[in-house]
Amino acid sequence: MIRIEPRLSPSKIMVYGAPLLAVGLTLVAGALLFGALGYSPTRSMYLFFIAPISDSYGLTELFLKATPLTLCAVGLAVGFRGNVWNIGAEGQLTMGAIAAGAIAVTWHDSTSFLLLPIMMMAGVLGGLAWAAIPAFLKTRFHANEILTSLMLTYVASLFLGYLVNGPLRNPEGFNFPESRMFGDAGLMPLLVEGSRLHIGALIALFIVLLAWLIMSRTLIGFQIKVVGLTPLAAHYAGFSPKKIIWMSLLLGGGLAGLAGMFEVAGPIGQLQPVISPGYGFTAIIVAFLGRLHPVGILCAALLVALSYLGGETVQMELSLPLAVTGVFQGMLLFFLLACDVLINFRFVLGSKRKAVP
Amino acid sequence: MIGFEVETLIAILLGVARGATPLVFAAIGELITEKSGVLNLGVEGMMLVGAVSGFITVVVTGSPILGFFAAMLAGALLSSLFAVLVLFLHTNQVASGLSLTIFGIGLSAFFGLGYIGTPIKGLQAIHISGLSDIAIIGPLVFGHDIMVYLAFVLVAATAWFLGKSRWGMILRAVGESHHAAHAIGYPVVAIRFAAILFGGAMCGLAGAYISLIYTPMWAENMTAGRGWIALALVVFATWKPGRALIGAYLFGGVTILQLNVQSLGVDVSAHLMNMLPYIATILVLVLISRDETKIRLNAPACLGKPFRAD
Repeated sequence: MIRIEPRLSPSKIMVYGAPLLAVGLTLVAGALLFGALGYSPTRSMYLFFIAPISDSYGLTELFLKATPLTLCAVGLAVGFRGNVWNIGAEGQLTMGAIAAGAIAVTWHDSTSFLLLPIMMMAGVLGGLAWAAIPAFLKTRFHANEILTSLMLTYVASLFLGYLVNGPLRNPEGFNFPESRMFGDAGLMPLLVEGSRLHIGALIALFIVLLAWLIMSRTLIGFQIKVVGLTPLAAHYAGFSPKKIIWMSLLLGGGLAGLAGMFEVAGPIGQLQPVISPGYGFTAIIVAFLGRLHPVGILCAALLVALSYLGGETVQMELSLPLAVTGVFQGMLLFFLLACDVLINFRFVLGSKRKAVP
Repeated sequence: MIGFEVETLIAILLGVARGATPLVFAAIGELITEKSGVLNLGVEGMMLVGAVSGFITVVVTGSPILGFFAAMLAGALLSSLFAVLVLFLHTNQVASGLSLTIFGIGLSAFFGLGYIGTPIKGLQAIHISGLSDIAIIGPLVFGHDIMVYLAFVLVAATAWFLGKSRWGMILRAVGESHHAAHAIGYPVVAIRFAAILFGGAMCGLAGAYISLIYTPMWAENMTAGRGWIALALVVFATWKPGRALIGAYLFGGVTILQLNVQSLGVDVSAHLMNMLPYIATILVLVLISRDETKIRLNAPACLGKPFRAD
């Protein structure tokens, strides 16, 4: 009989071992899944995880996709630490893209070097404003932020649909639901010539460092962690839970908005009805896989970005549906949550010990 | 002219029932799960998996009844994953529920890909000759599909189960204080497992209603956030089945309103109109949550808290 027994203290090894174990289990389950569908497990796993990054263009695509994931996840992780469950990063990303895109479209013939910084600011503010709604409703009316932030995601994507079908539709675009292409001054400068990787990746890297400093070296970072771990202690210490809610939602929203700006001013170059293949939702997985730690999130974002590329490769090579990416991502989070049990518990063989009288 | 308008009105009211029914099933399922003290945020994922498995079953067998059973089975199977995680491995319920939704979206899209655009014959409304032909009242009372009536039966049965039956009281006790329930000798984990499975089956059924009756087809993400609206409905209903029914019909009304405004000749963007159910959900949540003590009094006291027997 196998039992689960609490450890006396959390296992340090498992804090870092659990994500690796989860990745390993996901690979095994993935290989079994491909096998069950009648594809060669080794070839499909090679196509999924190795082929996409076997050349330098693949690597730039990996960094390109990891950028929005990192930005969204770093913001969300701060909230998750403080027990603030913002799951509407996808909507905040969309609003950031809309705000930045509206500016780029309005001044599409501008050549000013100021256009791009203004768009970035607009992107941050767009996401921030969208996240301020759940923050306000939570602090003022106690409305559950999980549900409100998610509902606002649907509203945001419908708003984008309205804009590209109406006010922001390209007047010379034969009625296609998309805006005009941004001018050169409204596009992110490329990092690597001949690729789509832009300087947003560097900015994301800088933000990871900044977030790490804030969480580990500042009072507000400490307060967020205490609120999440022991709300009661935080209450007695006089930390304001409202401040934490506002802080984490605004930070998450602002970073997601910036990610949205990077997408439209980077690889996309215009406003389209859909701008993100679920980066805002997938960032939830990235945040947990990265142990809610900025540096961990960076590694997790690279791995999850690979699952997007892998999905595209198996779609082309084996004509499997792109949704295989979602299956992999879901499995990864399941296995991670299950493996996390090893941090605080251990499995023991044998029957229950008799209690000492 | 008058006759035409009455017919339109009847069509709208029938549409309200069709919009409300999946919300009733999903909300009642989640309500039972939450009453046992478990918060399962995987409703959307379970609905999608139910929708796709119901649809595939109907394409293969041609039987809507089998489709509904397959959907319930699929929903329950998916929810058992969640149950193992939160009940035996003590994982965070919010995170586990979210991963269930993400997994369900991927899984349903994966298996449904070959079925996009496949036509099926949806389940027709029942027709009782004589009764259904009565002017106005006939179609309104007797003109729905069978699931609409089943939803009412489910609400009544759930209200009775929670309020009057012995097992319903035990379920509530487990949700209010798992330690006390355990001390008296009730199997807390087994009861929660059953409640989660029931919730999963109902969400699967709700999903199948959408893919077999509401819009008889399969499309990726076709539940369009109804799972989340159902979650909000449980809060709106302050965990009471009857109020969940009322809430679901209110939302059914909003959904149908949005579909019919354009046909009435009002010139509003479809995109803007489609925002209505989501904005209504937010407004309703705000109104009901404003009174914090009301929520605290009605919510199961152990909602979302992990339980270990020793």
